[in-house]
Amino acid sequence: MLYDALIQPFIEFGFMRRALVACLALSISAGPIGVFLVLRRMSLMGDAMSHAILPGAAIGFLVFGLSMWAMSLGGLVVALVVALAAGAMSRVTPLKEDAALAGFFLISLALGVLLVSMKGSSVDLLHILFGTLLAVSNGALLLIAAASSLTVIALALVYRTLILECFDPGFLRAVGGRGGLAHATFLALVVLNMVAAMQALGTLMAIGLMMLPATSARMWTISIGRMVGLAVLLAMLSSIAGLIISYHANLPSGPAVILAAGFVYLLSLAIGSNGGLLRRYIRRPHLEH
Amino acid sequence: MGRGLVGNPIEAVLSRARDHHHHQHAAQAVRPAAPILELNDVTIAYDRHPVVHHISGAFAAGSLTALVGPNGAGKSTLLKTIAGLLPVTAGAIRFGIDRRAVAYLPQVVDVDRSFPLRVIDVVDFGHWRKVGALRRLDAQDRTASVAAIASVGLAGLENQPIGQLSVGQFQRVLFARLMVQEAAVILLDEPFNAIDQKTTADLMQVVRTWQDEGRTVIAALHDLEQVKREFPDALLMARELVAWGPTPQTLGDENLAQARALAASWSDPAAAICAR
Repeated sequence: MLYDALIQPFIEFGFMRRALVACLALSISAGPIGVFLVLRRMSLMGDAMSHAILPGAAIGFLVFGLSMWAMSLGGLVVALVVALAAGAMSRVTPLKEDAALAGFFLISLALGVLLVSMKGSSVDLLHILFGTLLAVSNGALLLIAAASSLTVIALALVYRTLILECFDPGFLRAVGGRGGLAHATFLALVVLNMVAAMQALGTLMAIGLMMLPATSARMWTISIGRMVGLAVLLAMLSSIAGLIISYHANLPSGPAVILAAGFVYLLSLAIGSNGGLLRRYIRRPHLEH
Repeated sequence: MGRGLVGNPIEAVLSRARDHHHHQHAAQAVRPAAPILELNDVTIAYDRHPVVHHISGAFAAGSLTALVGPNGAGKSTLLKTIAGLLPVTAGAIRFGIDRRAVAYLPQVVDVDRSFPLRVIDVVDFGHWRKVGALRRLDAQDRTASVAAIASVGLAGLENQPIGQLSVGQFQRVLFARLMVQEAAVILLDEPFNAIDQKTTADLMQVVRTWQDEGRTVIAALHDLEQVKREFPDALLMARELVAWGPTPQTLGDENLAQARALAASWSDPAAAICAR
């Protein structure tokens, strides 16, 4: 019975297994990336950056048709340029990084929609934005695996610098740390993960797998290391739950995965041990000191 | 502290300074001792307007100097420049030590206090010069961090999240981080601002310990009574140098009046190009 519900879909159908592998691999890198987005107060900037992928992917689509590699490469290049340009603008003009990025991503989004409509249909646009999790190709799986591995290694290298850069950038500068380099590396990793997730979850949904488990983890622990681990775990559990539910209820799988993560998020908000609502409203006797 | 790492340039400077210090006591030698930091006609300007104007002089190794002057006198600017965070517009700052052996505590530490870090994590960042972005902290480093936390009076709070600390406690944490940096020169910008009396007294004790260990401490302060009580040397500035030397003479009524008069003249907007 339980076997039928939980295991059998993955045994029986190759597309379910591929979707599962894609989601699990994405979870490993999206978890820690999300934690740093939360810590850097860049939660909404990930969303903005995901739009910047669109014109690049659209150019790839216009020139090479529905080729996963062309669209990924185009998206990667354009989004990297936008992210780094926004970062640079915030350093040389009085604009803050979020304002600079907002300007660039709005241009990108409009440009992307325009480019897609020149050749494709709105169905193609939907695929780019929301992905097709049950039709993940071998190439896309390889890209996801590579991006995920690269992310974990690169994050390990800039981990300490990133934390100090978020916490006390002045001190990092005074002791000669390479804060700017760590920040640029991190932005590049964010973009890489969104591009990798494009075919599976779509650029918009991919942000969900980054942000929801990470914000949920923040509600349970105050240790950054534990937050990273917990975010990965929650992302994986949401992926599995989402896929199984989408299979039995015949729902689109990408949104099901993100909604599962969303459910975990709402639950964490309610009962999280680190500032959850329940703790706030249930009075417990105070301690002696 | 003073772990005597062989081959560590900072330690070498410190032990030299320490020897010097003791020698000074024994022989009652007169100052100046060997300069560890020399200001040579230093001018620092923001957008061509000088905030620090033609200051020359030297800080002796192991000295404890208060940086005093009216608001806008350029104290913070001078400290930031010595810390290497601002460029010198004209003149030069000469270091008798490795420049990296300078530690700096800004007036406003721009940190997110809700950040998920514990006291020990923040203090451990003091080892950055040694371990950088990648290397592991060894047992010695960890011991040093715990000892520093104890010596600022926070023993037992190593694992406390920083979000739960009071303003005074957090300043103690920052002092512990400075301590771990093992710096030969320590720059403090208004370290006792908005800090309660008990914490101020405890942290002042820490500063005295630093001096005993041969470190050179330069602190921007506004409490003249505290400066007269605790700091043997003072540098009085009002964009330009007013006086620099033993505190009682430096902070004489005449000098203070001169500093105030200089401050009163700053409102003149039609600044000519400096001919000096």
